[in-house]
Amino acid sequence: MTTTVRPTGTRPEDFFSVGAEIRDTKAPAGPIEQKWSKRKFEAKLVNPSNRRKLSVIIVGTGLAGGAAAASLGEAGYNVLNFCYQDSPRRAHSIAAQGGINAAKNYRNDNDSTYRLFYDTVKGGDYRARETNVYRLAEVSANIIDQCVAQGVPFAREYGGLLDNRSFGGVQVQRTFYARGQTGQQLLIGAYQALERQVAAGTVAMYTRHEMLEVIIVDGRARGIVTRDMVTGKVESFFADAVVLATGGYGNVFFLSTNAMGCNVTAGWRAHRKGAYFGNPCYTQIHPTCIPVHGETQSKLTLMSESLRNDGRIWVPKRAEDCEKDPRQIAEADRDYYLERIYPAFGNLVPRDIASRQAKNMCDEGRGVGPKVGDARRGVYLDFSDAIGRLGKDGVAARYGNLFDMYAQITGEDPYETPMRIYPAVHYTMGGVWVDYDLSSSIPGLYVTGEANFSDHGANRLGASALMQGLADGYFVLPNTINDYLAGAPFTKVDASHPAAVEAVKAVKDQIDALLAVDGTRTVDSFHKELGHIMWEYCGMERTEAGLIKAIGLIQKLREEFWADVKVSGVNEDFNQTLERAGRVVDLMELGELMCVDALHRRESCGGHFRAESQTEDGEALRDDDKFLYVAAWEYNGTAQPPILHKEPLVYESIELKQRSYK
Amino acid sequence: MNITLRVWRQANAQATGKMVTYQVKDVSPDMSFLEMLDLLNEDLTLKGEEPVAFDHDCREGICGMCGVVINGTAHGRGDSPVATTTCQLHMRSFSDGATIDVEPWRAGPFPVIKDLAVDRSAFDRIIQAGGFISANTGAAPDAHAAPVGKLKADRAFDAATCIGCGACVAACPNSSGMLFTAAKITHLAMLPQGQPERYSRIKTMIATHDAEGFGGCTNIGECSAVCPKEIPLDTISQLNRDLIASLFKKDGK
Ligand SMILES: Cc1cc2nc3c(=O)[nH]c(=O)nc-3n(C[C@H](O)[C@H](O)[C@H](O)COP(=O)(O)OP(=O)(O)OC[C@H]3O[C@@H](n4cnc5c(N)ncnc54)[C@H](O)[C@@H]3O)c2cc1C
Ligand code: SF4
Ligand code: FES
Repeated sequence: MTTTVRPTGTRPEDFFSVGAEIRDTKAPAGPIEQKWSKRKFEAKLVNPSNRRKLSVIIVGTGLAGGAAAASLGEAGYNVLNFCYQDSPRRAHSIAAQGGINAAKNYRNDNDSTYRLFYDTVKGGDYRARETNVYRLAEVSANIIDQCVAQGVPFAREYGGLLDNRSFGGVQVQRTFYARGQTGQQLLIGAYQALERQVAAGTVAMYTRHEMLEVIIVDGRARGIVTRDMVTGKVESFFADAVVLATGGYGNVFFLSTNAMGCNVTAGWRAHRKGAYFGNPCYTQIHPTCIPVHGETQSKLTLMSESLRNDGRIWVPKRAEDCEKDPRQIAEADRDYYLERIYPAFGNLVPRDIASRQAKNMCDEGRGVGPKVGDARRGVYLDFSDAIGRLGKDGVAARYGNLFDMYAQITGEDPYETPMRIYPAVHYTMGGVWVDYDLSSSIPGLYVTGEANFSDHGANRLGASALMQGLADGYFVLPNTINDYLAGAPFTKVDASHPAAVEAVKAVKDQIDALLAVDGTRTVDSFHKELGHIMWEYCGMERTEAGLIKAIGLIQKLREEFWADVKVSGVNEDFNQTLERAGRVVDLMELGELMCVDALHRRESCGGHFRAESQTEDGEALRDDDKFLYVAAWEYNGTAQPPILHKEPLVYESIELKQRSYK
Repeated sequence: MNITLRVWRQANAQATGKMVTYQVKDVSPDMSFLEMLDLLNEDLTLKGEEPVAFDHDCREGICGMCGVVINGTAHGRGDSPVATTTCQLHMRSFSDGATIDVEPWRAGPFPVIKDLAVDRSAFDRIIQAGGFISANTGAAPDAHAAPVGKLKADRAFDAATCIGCGACVAACPNSSGMLFTAAKITHLAMLPQGQPERYSRIKTMIATHDAEGFGGCTNIGECSAVCPKEIPLDTISQLNRDLIASLFKKDGK
């Protein structure tokens, strides 16, 4: 039904048109240190006694959504909170391992709000909005305070104070952690605060409800359409504002470190209804994941990058040595390539660089581990030095659960032989475009956490996503959404409103269409094929010819999907195939936009590496004259190419530099 | 490897279920247990049969969404020394030609939704009854205002690693949710921030635990034996001590 036949072409310009420039209008003028205070002061307030008359829908219960739902509930608003899992505690934030940054300067190593701001902008390769990032750094310290007050059991030292570690791309120790389960502990903190509000009656929780459409009335986001994943009931919900905190879309690559259910449906449906999509092609490929074992693999497992603090990455100097037992390869025959190429940062270079170098080593034929297909795709992450220095127990205290996880998945003992790692898709910096208030281009539709595009530019530094999710959820959104809600209540809407009827019908029509195809290929087979296309042409290295080819392949795949997919069962049931089919529909459309975005951005920056734009020694080469902007894409119907709106990036506090970690 | 699976099939909460036998071919030892079920489901779909419903999400042992009884053991650890979730169990722990029984959690408070998926929302309601520290956003003092000795911090952490999977309940002959509840009680009781509500939370949480239909604890220990996070039984001792102490506290509810 919804096969889009878009114009194909041979030149990048054939795939999009250019619209008017846009700007963020919410960040106030003045010095960067004062913007957030000023914005909070200028934002309209809602009197506490009026709050209970106002309602907010929040889709998502991860750090961004759970923290916001709890905080807005505490403030007295009526919150309706949704997630697709069976409990809000299972949002994929739970899987974050390594840690969360905060500019506390507890180590007295010269950290500051400004330094965290600077590192994050630089790490993002100067493609993030200064104002948002400064605010992120500014509220970071409050996050740690809040979490400790909730009982989050961060790692501590013997004196009882909080411990810190360092993370990739920075030279201070500002990362707080809870062994290798930081995300779990932070999320449980937010979840408990959320359940407290459920008990208090301020938050109504809807688990196993998947949002499939936004309802827009008089130009404002006023509701959503969900499908009850147990009964199949399609239903509309209404509120004065809608927040999407629906996480990242790394699953467009099929294999990623995301949970199986992670998807882009909420953001994509909003995009189709008018919300601009920012920088969709900025994808983070994480350097330290367990390599792929074969075709039936369903997901990839990340080994926290904190491992790079003590582990040393190497490959054999000679391709002939790649089959050998690594312990038999003499020190002189090993190439600790990150330490060699980047002496200042060594194994702690940012993720994009570490990933691409691993790919380069394997492309040179120096990869290790078993062959999958015709190549060895792995490099060693070796702890023998660390074990010598700290002892086995010392290493186990820091990384025990990660080592156990590795052993469980691979059947190898990493205390005895070096781990094998390879890059995997991990995080999507792109997302729904938002302004300083975290409002999308649709009034009343806010987007927070990984689902928006806002803070990480073209590459996210480690331990910054948890920071962003909680900053958005606890401190930013609850202080900006009031400015909008102060204009409420808006006109009354209910399920009989034409906009709601239309949205419900669209959802039901798509479900019927999916069930009606009754073809011969499974949903997963399409998802895997999409993943292969994206990894091959829109992965660690991108070229003009490759991207044009990928767009054609995705269009063909979509046609084939709608002609030949097999979705078993019926709607009125717990139907997991149907759930997945709906997600793949949106991921395919997004994949095409990602390729268009990657195609138009003929520069390399952060995680976006265009082979046509590199320095002499193979590093990403930005083109600030042409591409110092956010690409905000407008949906333009099924038959027209998308429209590009540029939001110029203004650097007032930080001087643009070619990023260097040497 | 080739595997014979006997899987519990149940159309919905009201239906009566039964074990159904399937053959799964070309299983690789590196596959996870859930990848093996994916393989079965791909096959069933192409044959026009209903795939087997099972819950899962992170597939890395942390979200707590997966969980089935494998050959009689919740999460299928069997006699392996390594604790595991269903998603982290790998096919290399089975032998070629094995017959494997797969069933849902069976416990009154966890009704079956379909096939292997059950409803564990009772756990959320136990947390709602007091499994939190009342600290509104914005009201927190500096994180270093209250140091926490490392031993207590570590014990709080160990208890806090519970993933809410429900294996403890499935393994318990009484369908007790005591290990889950005790893990939360212990986590919060070890921290200075958890003290003000320590003796009130325990009463309300236990009351909800019982009202949801979970049974009492008779110290059998099956729960801890299958727990993927190895939540120790001494959390239950902690819970019992605190429960007794709470009877003498006036600040309880
Ligand atoms: C393995 C791993 C390790 C990581 N480690 C770190 C780390 O150490 N440090 C760090 O800073 N970051 C880390 N990250 C990144 C970080 O965890 C995530 O970016 C962040 O937690 C995302 O939070 P979120 O709240 O935006 O989304 P999520 O936690 O993904 O939550 C999304 C929510 O939206 C809901 N949802 C989605 N779609 C729908 C829909 N259509 N209908 C209804 N509900 C929906 C889901 O149910 C869920 O509740 C890691 C990520 C991964 C995958
Ligand atoms: S105590 Fe263990 S078995 Fe029980 S819910 Fe928690 S993690 Fe699962
Ligand atoms: S799927 Fe998350 S714990 Fe198994």
